Amino acid sequence: MNKYKIRAFGITKDLLGGRDTVIEIHGTTVGELRQELSERFPELLDLKSLFIAVNNDYADDDRVLKSTDEIALIPPVSGG
Amino acid sequence: MIKITEKHIDVQKVIDTASSLAAGAVDVFIGTVRNNAHGKNVVWLEYEAYETMAVAEIRKIIEDASHRWPLLGWAVSHRIGTLRPGEVSVAVAVSTPHRKDSFEACQYIIDTLKEKVPIWKKEVFEDGEEWVSARPEMAMKA
Repeated sequence: MNKYKIRAFGITKDLLGGRDTVIEIHGTTVGELRQELSERFPELLDLKSLFIAVNNDYADDDRVLKSTDEIALIPPVSGG
Repeated sequence: MIKITEKHIDVQKVIDTASSLAAGAVDVFIGTVRNNAHGKNVVWLEYEAYETMAVAEIRKIIEDASHRWPLLGWAVSHRIGTLRPGEVSVAVAVSTPHRKDSFEACQYIIDTLKEKVPIWKKEVFEDGEEWVSARPEMAMKA
Protein backbone atom coordinates (compact mmCIF):
# COMPACT_ATOMS: atom_id res chain seq x y z
CA MET A 1 0.00 0.00 0.00
CA ASN A 2 1.15 3.54 -0.69
CA LYS A 3 0.43 6.30 1.75
CA TYR A 4 -0.28 9.86 0.64
CA LYS A 5 -1.04 12.98 2.61
CA ILE A 6 -3.82 15.06 1.10
CA ARG A 7 -4.64 18.71 1.78
CA ALA A 8 -8.28 19.62 1.21
CA PHE A 9 -9.55 23.10 0.41
CA GLY A 10 -12.92 24.81 0.14
CA ILE A 11 -15.87 22.42 0.15
CA THR A 12 -13.55 19.37 0.07
CA LYS A 13 -12.27 20.31 3.53
CA ASP A 14 -15.85 19.95 4.80
CA LEU A 15 -16.44 16.71 2.88
CA LEU A 16 -13.23 15.05 4.11
CA GLY A 17 -13.72 16.39 7.62
CA GLY A 18 -10.57 18.48 7.87
CA ARG A 19 -7.62 20.04 6.08
CA ASP A 20 -5.26 17.03 6.20
CA THR A 21 -6.10 13.41 5.46
CA VAL A 22 -3.82 10.43 4.94
CA ILE A 23 -5.00 7.98 2.28
CA GLU A 24 -3.57 4.53 1.54
CA ILE A 25 -4.02 3.16 -1.96
CA HIS A 26 -2.68 0.22 -3.96
CA GLY A 27 -1.87 2.40 -6.95
CA THR A 28 0.53 5.26 -7.46
CA THR A 29 -1.25 7.67 -9.82
CA VAL A 30 -3.45 10.72 -9.39
CA GLY A 31 -6.26 8.80 -11.15
CA GLU A 32 -6.04 5.92 -8.69
CA LEU A 33 -6.03 8.33 -5.78
CA ARG A 34 -9.07 10.08 -7.26
CA GLN A 35 -10.85 6.71 -7.54
CA GLU A 36 -10.15 5.81 -3.90
CA LEU A 37 -11.22 9.26 -2.71
CA SER A 38 -14.53 9.10 -4.58
CA GLU A 39 -15.25 5.67 -3.10
CA ARG A 40 -14.50 6.84 0.39
CA PHE A 41 -16.12 10.28 0.01
CA PRO A 42 -18.87 9.81 -2.63
CA GLU A 43 -20.07 13.41 -2.21
CA LEU A 44 -16.93 14.47 -4.10
CA LEU A 45 -18.69 13.16 -7.22
CA ASP A 46 -21.43 15.81 -6.80
CA LEU A 47 -18.94 18.64 -7.34
CA LYS A 48 -18.90 20.55 -10.63
CA SER A 49 -15.22 19.65 -10.99
CA LEU A 50 -12.38 18.32 -8.87
CA PHE A 51 -8.78 18.89 -9.77
CA ILE A 52 -5.83 17.43 -7.94
CA ALA A 53 -2.71 19.53 -7.58
CA VAL A 54 0.74 18.05 -7.06
CA ASN A 55 3.46 20.33 -5.73
CA ASN A 56 1.42 23.48 -6.43
CA ASP A 57 0.57 22.55 -10.00
CA TYR A 58 -2.58 21.08 -11.58
CA ALA A 59 -1.86 17.39 -12.31
CA ASP A 60 -3.30 14.94 -14.86
CA ASP A 61 -4.73 11.58 -13.80
CA ASP A 62 -1.72 9.66 -15.16
CA ARG A 63 0.75 11.60 -13.03
CA VAL A 64 2.72 9.22 -10.79
CA LEU A 65 2.82 10.27 -7.13
CA LYS A 66 5.74 10.21 -4.72
CA SER A 67 5.22 9.89 -0.99
CA THR A 68 6.91 13.27 -0.51
CA ASP A 69 4.61 15.11 -2.96
CA GLU A 70 2.36 17.87 -1.71
CA ILE A 71 -1.08 16.76 -2.89
CA ALA A 72 -4.11 19.04 -2.75
CA LEU A 73 -7.78 18.77 -3.66
CA ILE A 74 -8.99 21.70 -5.75
CA PRO A 75 -12.79 21.94 -5.99
CA PRO A 76 -14.30 24.58 -8.33
CA VAL A 77 -12.48 27.83 -7.57
CA SER A 78 -14.44 30.99 -6.76
CA GLY A 79 -11.94 33.74 -6.06
CA GLY A 80 -12.30 37.34 -7.08
CA MET B 1 3.60 42.37 -6.42
CA ILE B 2 1.43 39.35 -5.68
CA LYS B 3 -0.23 39.38 -2.31
CA ILE B 4 -2.69 37.07 -0.54
CA THR B 5 -3.62 38.82 2.66
CA GLU B 6 -5.98 38.75 5.63
CA LYS B 7 -5.63 42.50 5.95
CA HIS B 8 -7.60 45.28 4.26
CA ILE B 9 -6.39 45.85 0.68
CA ASP B 10 -4.78 49.23 0.14
CA VAL B 11 -5.99 49.94 -3.42
CA GLN B 12 -3.81 53.02 -3.78
CA LYS B 13 -0.74 50.92 -2.97
CA VAL B 14 -1.75 48.38 -5.63
CA ILE B 15 -2.08 51.20 -8.18
CA ASP B 16 1.22 52.82 -7.14
CA THR B 17 3.02 49.47 -7.42
CA ALA B 18 1.70 48.93 -10.96
CA SER B 19 2.41 52.47 -12.12
CA SER B 20 5.36 53.46 -14.31
CA LEU B 21 6.68 56.77 -15.58
CA ALA B 22 6.82 55.21 -19.05
CA ALA B 23 3.10 54.38 -18.94
CA GLY B 24 0.29 56.40 -20.44
CA ALA B 25 -2.39 54.21 -18.87
CA VAL B 26 -3.08 52.46 -15.60
CA ASP B 27 -6.09 50.17 -15.45
CA VAL B 28 -7.40 48.89 -12.14
CA PHE B 29 -10.04 46.31 -11.30
CA ILE B 30 -11.52 46.30 -7.81
CA GLY B 31 -13.68 43.36 -6.77
CA THR B 32 -16.06 44.00 -3.89
CA VAL B 33 -18.33 41.87 -1.72
CA ARG B 34 -21.98 42.00 -2.85
CA ASN B 35 -24.65 42.07 -0.18
CA ASN B 36 -26.87 39.57 -2.01
CA ALA B 37 -26.79 36.24 -3.84
CA HIS B 38 -29.59 33.94 -5.07
CA GLY B 39 -32.08 36.58 -3.86
CA LYS B 40 -30.85 36.33 -0.28
CA ASN B 41 -28.92 38.72 1.94
CA VAL B 42 -25.25 37.91 2.30
CA VAL B 43 -24.11 38.54 5.86
CA TRP B 44 -20.45 37.87 5.17
CA LEU B 45 -18.10 35.90 2.92
CA GLU B 46 -15.35 33.53 4.02
CA TYR B 47 -12.41 33.43 1.61
CA GLU B 48 -9.83 30.68 1.69
CA ALA B 49 -6.72 30.20 -0.46
CA TYR B 50 -4.18 27.49 -1.14
CA GLU B 51 -1.64 30.24 -0.77
CA THR B 52 1.55 28.83 -2.28
CA MET B 53 -0.28 27.54 -5.34
CA ALA B 54 -2.41 30.68 -5.64
CA VAL B 55 0.74 32.80 -5.82
CA ALA B 56 2.27 30.41 -8.38
CA GLU B 57 -0.87 30.47 -10.55
CA ILE B 58 -1.14 34.28 -10.43
CA ARG B 59 2.53 34.45 -11.46
CA LYS B 60 1.76 32.28 -14.51
CA ILE B 61 -1.17 34.52 -15.46
CA ILE B 62 1.03 37.62 -15.23
CA GLU B 63 3.69 35.90 -17.35
CA ASP B 64 1.10 35.05 -20.02
CA ALA B 65 -0.24 38.60 -19.91
CA SER B 66 3.24 40.08 -20.32
CA HIS B 67 3.71 38.03 -23.48
CA ARG B 68 0.47 39.35 -24.92
CA TRP B 69 0.53 43.00 -23.83
CA PRO B 70 3.38 45.45 -23.18
CA LEU B 71 3.03 45.53 -19.39
CA LEU B 72 5.19 48.16 -17.72
CA GLY B 73 3.99 47.37 -14.22
CA TRP B 74 1.41 45.19 -12.45
CA ALA B 75 0.12 44.24 -9.03
CA VAL B 76 -2.44 41.74 -7.74
CA SER B 77 -3.74 41.65 -4.19
CA HIS B 78 -6.37 39.15 -3.00
CA ARG B 79 -7.98 39.18 0.39
CA ILE B 80 -8.77 36.03 2.42
CA GLY B 81 -10.63 35.51 5.69
CA THR B 82 -13.93 37.11 6.67
CA LEU B 83 -15.22 39.94 4.45
CA ARG B 84 -18.35 42.03 4.88
CA PRO B 85 -20.43 43.53 2.05
CA GLY B 86 -18.70 46.52 0.48
CA GLU B 87 -15.19 45.37 1.33
CA VAL B 88 -12.56 44.94 -1.38
CA SER B 89 -11.83 41.25 -2.06
CA VAL B 90 -9.39 41.68 -4.93
CA ALA B 91 -7.49 44.46 -6.69
CA VAL B 92 -5.63 44.11 -9.98
CA ALA B 93 -3.69 46.97 -11.58
CA VAL B 94 -1.58 47.11 -14.72
CA SER B 95 0.16 49.88 -16.60
CA THR B 96 0.97 50.01 -20.32
CA PRO B 97 2.02 52.73 -22.79
CA HIS B 98 -1.56 53.08 -24.15
CA ARG B 99 -5.02 52.50 -22.70
CA LYS B 100 -6.35 49.70 -24.93
CA ASP B 101 -3.64 47.28 -23.79
CA SER B 102 -4.17 48.09 -20.14
CA PHE B 103 -7.95 47.49 -20.36
CA GLU B 104 -7.39 44.17 -22.11
CA ALA B 105 -4.56 42.97 -19.89
CA CYS B 106 -6.41 43.84 -16.69
CA GLN B 107 -9.54 42.02 -17.85
CA TYR B 108 -7.50 38.99 -18.90
CA ILE B 109 -5.80 38.83 -15.49
CA ILE B 110 -8.98 39.05 -13.40
CA ASP B 111 -10.94 36.68 -15.70
CA THR B 112 -8.18 34.06 -15.63
CA LEU B 113 -7.68 34.51 -11.88
CA LYS B 114 -11.35 33.71 -11.31
CA GLU B 115 -11.06 30.62 -13.48
CA LYS B 116 -7.76 29.10 -12.32
CA VAL B 117 -6.41 30.44 -9.06
CA PRO B 118 -7.10 28.20 -6.04
CA ILE B 119 -9.12 30.60 -3.93
CA TRP B 120 -12.61 29.82 -2.65
CA LYS B 121 -15.44 31.77 -1.09
CA LYS B 122 -18.31 30.67 1.08
CA GLU B 123 -21.41 32.84 1.24
CA VAL B 124 -22.87 33.07 4.69
CA PHE B 125 -26.60 33.92 4.74
CA GLU B 126 -28.93 34.54 7.66
CA ASP B 127 -30.17 30.95 7.33
CA GLY B 128 -27.20 28.94 6.10
CA GLU B 129 -24.01 28.91 4.07
CA GLU B 130 -22.81 27.78 0.67
CA TRP B 131 -19.43 27.29 -1.04
CA VAL B 132 -19.80 29.37 -4.22
CA SER B 133 -20.05 27.40 -7.52
CA ALA B 134 -19.00 24.13 -5.88
CA ARG B 135 -22.01 22.12 -7.01
CA PRO B 136 -24.14 22.30 -10.15
CA GLU B 137 -27.19 24.60 -9.86
CA MET B 138 -29.62 21.64 -9.75
CA ALA B 139 -27.95 20.14 -6.70
CA MET B 140 -27.91 23.51 -4.94
CA LYS B 141 -31.68 23.83 -5.19
CA ALA B 142 -32.31 20.22 -4.11
